Amino acid sequence: MIEIEGVWKEFAKGERRVLALQEISLSVAEREFVAILGPSGCGKSTLLNMVAGFEHPTRGAVRVAGENIVAPSPRRAVVFQEPALFPWLSVMENVVFGPKAQRQPVVDYRRRAVQILEQVGLRGFETSYPAELSGGMRQRVGLARVLIMQPQVLLMDEPFGSLDAQTRMLMQELLLQVWERHHQTVLFITHDIEEALLLTDRVCVMTARPGRIKKSIDVGIPRPRAIEVTTSPEFNALRREVLALIREESEHAAMGSAGA
Amino acid sequence: MPVLLVALWHFAVDLRWVAEGIIPSPAQVLRSWHTWIFGSTTAMLSPYSGTWLDNVAYSTRRVLQGFGLAAMVAIPLGLIIGWSRLAARLIDPTVQLLRPVPITAWLPFAIAVFGIYDASALFLIGLGAFYPIVVNTTHGVRDTNLLLLRAARMLGAGTITVLAKVVFPSALPSIFTGLRLGIGVAWTAVIVAEMIAVKSGLGYVLWDAYYVGRMDICVATMFSVGLLGFLSDRVIVWAGRLVLRWRTLEAHA
Repeated sequence: MIEIEGVWKEFAKGERRVLALQEISLSVAEREFVAILGPSGCGKSTLLNMVAGFEHPTRGAVRVAGENIVAPSPRRAVVFQEPALFPWLSVMENVVFGPKAQRQPVVDYRRRAVQILEQVGLRGFETSYPAELSGGMRQRVGLARVLIMQPQVLLMDEPFGSLDAQTRMLMQELLLQVWERHHQTVLFITHDIEEALLLTDRVCVMTARPGRIKKSIDVGIPRPRAIEVTTSPEFNALRREVLALIREESEHAAMGSAGA
Repeated sequence: MPVLLVALWHFAVDLRWVAEGIIPSPAQVLRSWHTWIFGSTTAMLSPYSGTWLDNVAYSTRRVLQGFGLAAMVAIPLGLIIGWSRLAARLIDPTVQLLRPVPITAWLPFAIAVFGIYDASALFLIGLGAFYPIVVNTTHGVRDTNLLLLRAARMLGAGTITVLAKVVFPSALPSIFTGLRLGIGVAWTAVIVAEMIAVKSGLGYVLWDAYYVGRMDICVATMFSVGLLGFLSDRVIVWAGRLVLRWRTLEAHA
């Protein structure tokens, strides 16, 4: 579904050119839920932005369903870390922004909007404004407004990164439920090992800048999953494996910067 | 504070701190103003008697027309300048070069082109109000959150939808700042324009009264303009609150 082939990304930083991503290749199968796990500043968000169509690779190719990506599209919907809701629109208006922008007939999307708001637990808040909602509820709206577009691919950029621990856990459970229902292809960016292992089928561990994919680890934990799996022995074994990779990487980075 | 100022003014005249007969006392001004508003137009004791409302109507109409015209041109233009780098490079330098030219400097030009007619006044008022609106709109557009633009585009919005449904509402607080500044300039401009370019309105009365030595009417005109400017500003602030209700929610959150 998603094919990333030999992608390099360079940024101009004043006179200097900074290499953000180096030779990234990754493919995500249809209905696969994949996490990109990496330290902050490793370019994982840049990678997602290229799949979304917000940015373009310096070298290499990004394809979704066989097509080269030239611009953003509702087929590749994004949930951002900041909910990025339109503050002047109510919850319902935010959710139907996409269908309306696409000039879909009201009768088609109105019922879908009600269903999706129900699924994400926002019934009764249709007329509220984003400013009246908690962080977790705003992120639910952020999820609802992309689910209504029925995207081929769901791109999530640390969507629960700015939530408190308890809310984050609730949102992770909600996402698992939603995913069980729709089985979208998901590319999920995070720096949280547990989150990556709990939610996804495969975790790609990235290196610090320039970002490369160090290793891809299959998460064999059976679905449907609940938050309780995080205490199971197999989950712990996976966590140790990922942790060892990341420790190795941060030691490399520390030595690298000490030598430089 | 205003009470103190009026008291100071009263005593300054009463105790002859200022030259006698030049500056009228507050009581005199109030009396003349009263006659100007409520006096009979048929009793020809004073040429100003009973003409206040008509002149206020003339000036207000000019301000509203000029200001409306300015807003109608400046808001779309500001959206375009703020949005497109090409448009900014084509239009913005001209705007910025013309902006420092004061309205008063345009007077001879306006009269030469439009004559002693309403069009001259409307041109000056519109031009004066145009700059703050266009500058603030541009600024508001450029301040639009990149994440909201990305969100709109990934939800399938085209350029027109993005401009109308994201950029415009996001720039509205800034646009209202521009409108407030603009209406202030419009009242300045209407007085200047009416003093010279037309033969009616508060500015005309002000200049006329000055020529015939009716300083009481001059001062009453100043108060009238102040009052109208204040009221029109309140109206814009009130309209802004109504349109930007979502922002007051944010402030309380």
